Amino acid sequence: MKHLILLASLLALVACDNSSSSRGPVTPPSPVPPPNASFDISAVNLTTAQPLSPLAVLIHDDSMQAFIIGQPASAGLEQLAESGNNSDLLAELDSSAEASGSAVLSPGTGETITLELPSDSTSGLQLTIVAMLVNTNDAITAVNGLNIASIGVGESMVIYGASYDSGTEANTETAATIPGPAGGGEGFNASRDDVSDQVTGHGGVVTSDDGLSTSVLSHQHRWDNPVARFIVTRTQ
Amino acid sequence: MNKTLTILTLTLAAAAGNISAAQLDIEITNLTRGSFFTPLLVTAHPASASLFSAGNIASANLQQMAEGGDLTGLVADLTAVSATSIENPASGLLAPGASTTTSLDTDSAPDNTQLSIVGMILPSNDGFMGLNAIALPTQDGTYIYTINAYDAGTEANDEIVGGGAPGTAGFPAPGPVAATLGSGGTGVIATSEGFVHIHRNVLGDDNDSGGVSDMSNTVHRWLNPVARVVVTVAN
Repeated sequence: MKHLILLASLLALVACDNSSSSRGPVTPPSPVPPPNASFDISAVNLTTAQPLSPLAVLIHDDSMQAFIIGQPASAGLEQLAESGNNSDLLAELDSSAEASGSAVLSPGTGETITLELPSDSTSGLQLTIVAMLVNTNDAITAVNGLNIASIGVGESMVIYGASYDSGTEANTETAATIPGPAGGGEGFNASRDDVSDQVTGHGGVVTSDDGLSTSVLSHQHRWDNPVARFIVTRTQ
Repeated sequence: MNKTLTILTLTLAAAAGNISAAQLDIEITNLTRGSFFTPLLVTAHPASASLFSAGNIASANLQQMAEGGDLTGLVADLTAVSATSIENPASGLLAPGASTTTSLDTDSAPDNTQLSIVGMILPSNDGFMGLNAIALPTQDGTYIYTINAYDAGTEANDEIVGGGAPGTAGFPAPGPVAATLGSGGTGVIATSEGFVHIHRNVLGDDNDSGGVSDMSNTVHRWLNPVARVVVTVAN
């Protein structure tokens, strides 16, 4: 790049020297701009029976986070965590690039999402991914602000998603409160009635097979961490 | 050429002499939904020492910490090996979702190359969060560790409110913990396991005034990791 600028200056001088002649000014060749940075994010649902809601995937700067452990969930995160609808969370966060997964990610299945940035710079940028475990009251899996600036073109990073409790809905596990196929009940409800209005790690579901008599869930709906695997590849 | 190599070697030797000393800022976050940590012990210690060893019998001093949150014995062990330690950075219980920060400076104790952090999990009979003798980072940067829950193996996991002294059944229930518990549990049938191991989690039940456990199965269960530690080294 430095060489190109130097070359352009020399050409300009040459053009000046020849200004009295009949030849017109020489136009330097314009440098080819580098391609915009682009990332492929491939996700796999590692659970037995917890479909993941369509992924919210964002690349953003370090001035924001989708959530902070010990702090109340935002309205957009509450919406996603209780109903699986990611539109409010995507709208809340200022991103350089963002996308929604195309559909619910069934257990054992995967999807690749491509995000292209507006320039070739990734300095200070972070990746956030959030999805609901839909056979729960308000569980999510997330990558919460992964630093991607150090990923070079052609390089990949593997990161596993743990489960978190958004802290916005009591974990009753009743059919009426679980929107996934195991319950078919209500999704979002604005009231916050969990034991504490804060995002924490999730303790897992109890299920009717393991001592929660009101639970519509069975042993197969349990999980352990991690619940999802993500491979982040910078393609250009 | 020879001269250059010699100078380089000397430079490396000088760096090596100071390689294990560091100034660390340490942030500890309780990731659980409903479990408290008793006063934490954060320590940089020599490689010759460790607070516990998975698969082996807990020391009496680890038992004292894991059953009642009492750090006295472990602190004495660490003082005996000239460890650099911080006790109770959160000034009491570290609540679910809460964080605390502290600092360690090993510049004057370069032999303290290992980092360990322990604290009892409440409610539990003898569960504790444990980071066990990892290599203390010394290069400038930010390091993130996730911490798992261990069972000291010294007390039966009956899940009933009781006492915290070694050998006393049940677990202590200070005010903030008691507020999350039920009562009247008949007690989970269990025996002490005899060795330190990854905790199998608490059982709990859905009966606040009876059942087998004084814990709630929708509040007090956890999945690993139970804590996150962020270490920032700035020399």
